[in-house]
Amino acid sequence: MYLSREEDGILQGDQGETLRRMMEILVALGDIYGAERLVPVRSAQIAGVSFKNIGEAGLEWISDLQGHVAVPSILNPAGMDLERWKEMGIDEDFAARQREVVRAYERLGVTADCTCTPYQIHPDLVRRGDHLAWSESSAVSYANSVLGARTNREGGPSALAAALVGKTPLYGYHLDENRRPTHIIAVDADLKGSDYGALGFLAGRIVKDGVPLFRLRGRPEQDDLKALGAAMAASGSVALYFVEGLTPYPASGSSSQRNDRGNEKSNQWINKNIDKKIEREAAEKIALENKDIDEVYERYPPGDSEMVALGCPHCSRAELERIAALLDGRKARRELWVCTARRIAEASPDLVSRIERSGAKVICDTCMVVSPASERFRKMLVNSGKALSYIPGLCGVEAGFASTEDCISMAEED
Amino acid sequence: MEFRCHRVASGCACGPALVTREPISFLGNVDPETGRVIDPSHELCGKCVSGKVLIFPGGKGSTVGSYVIYQLKKRGLAPNAMINLRAEPIVAVGAIISGIPLVDRVPEEVLGIAEGAEVLVDADGEVVEVL
Repeated sequence: MYLSREEDGILQGDQGETLRRMMEILVALGDIYGAERLVPVRSAQIAGVSFKNIGEAGLEWISDLQGHVAVPSILNPAGMDLERWKEMGIDEDFAARQREVVRAYERLGVTADCTCTPYQIHPDLVRRGDHLAWSESSAVSYANSVLGARTNREGGPSALAAALVGKTPLYGYHLDENRRPTHIIAVDADLKGSDYGALGFLAGRIVKDGVPLFRLRGRPEQDDLKALGAAMAASGSVALYFVEGLTPYPASGSSSQRNDRGNEKSNQWINKNIDKKIEREAAEKIALENKDIDEVYERYPPGDSEMVALGCPHCSRAELERIAALLDGRKARRELWVCTARRIAEASPDLVSRIERSGAKVICDTCMVVSPASERFRKMLVNSGKALSYIPGLCGVEAGFASTEDCISMAEED
Repeated sequence: MEFRCHRVASGCACGPALVTREPISFLGNVDPETGRVIDPSHELCGKCVSGKVLIFPGGKGSTVGSYVIYQLKKRGLAPNAMINLRAEPIVAVGAIISGIPLVDRVPEEVLGIAEGAEVLVDADGEVVEVL
């Protein structure tokens, strides 16, 4: 891989041991994936935050590092609400270690926002055409697909290396040649709300690490796209998808270096020549309909779920509004978690108190998937295709799947 | 016997060879408390990676495996050096953050090195030597 004189100096240790090892990580990954060079990133979102995942060893590694991030950087969800961990049933020991992890990142200049939806709280972290080093699979998918930015799915150390150096190796989803549809999925169904999670749950299993292009009947909203991409990244490893007529258009140029920042016409979805090219190149065509979506609900019935968890990925303000409206005048008799980013909760105190008046808990900085607090439940009901994929394996908890409305009705039951 | 190789993680170390033709998932296959391979389905099961030159095709499994390598190193239980046919990100990152020399792009013959043979891995000089 080509390195500039300055980059090579960092690799030789000119700027200290931490940066030397960080550059070594970037160069090793660049060599493995055949990158030609490094490319500057606008921001980083760093995985390896939940103490449940990284353990003592990860904490020690982060604590041993010296230096300061070169670009704005925030964190993945942690293993607990950093303030209300006791209410979640987290023990003192875990809480102390989790706080240390976050402090260790803060010492490096990372902002202690722990969320899978950085784009919902810091719009300046990403613009169309930007190169990023993001970690969380749903955030990666949203940035690539909906926002038209470019990022691979980084592991914890490689995202932190990119944050400290300010660069990432140029390969994978940074290049046009890997941003073309591999599957066309025509969906003959009227989708709403959690249906997008069900669709993603199915599509991820079909396309695995492919790049699907969806032909949908309706027009999904931002939160629907968030749910769709999150589910595909969990049931498969989809990091980029397209929705015809809606998301930024697929790369069509033959040059891998072409940057599409700002110079694309907004309406290119009607370019028939390129459409034909996509039809030709996409290897597989798949048709899904209402009955396929319905089957996801039927296969994972609510049963007798003792707890209900919403907010995977973290709820937007619009989703909090909807949940608050559904909960008005009702009582959550079962454990009900509504997970969101702390900044969103803090900016909407009225919504938080409306939701919590029902007995539900608005939980920040973490979620039902990454917190060990989930493990004490036997069965959890979710409205998210991503949570549905992960809860059984990562938490050892049975999962049911239902619409937001049905989730809240279940929480209300005695 | 000498092999050319490609540096992934810098450094130079030697030790007795521990060789497998099966990929290793450090999360799950190796016990970070003892350095022993604990997965009954792995051909190295029961053997200890500590202090060895670990020769295997490459890593697999969860990215948390990188931290398991670091954990082994902090406890003095890590391999002295590692050789992969083709490095992948989990082991590469684990080796770099732990300061364990790692090389790859070696001929497949290295998987024929006898267990216990003394092997020198000079990542900086990009050479592997069977002593």
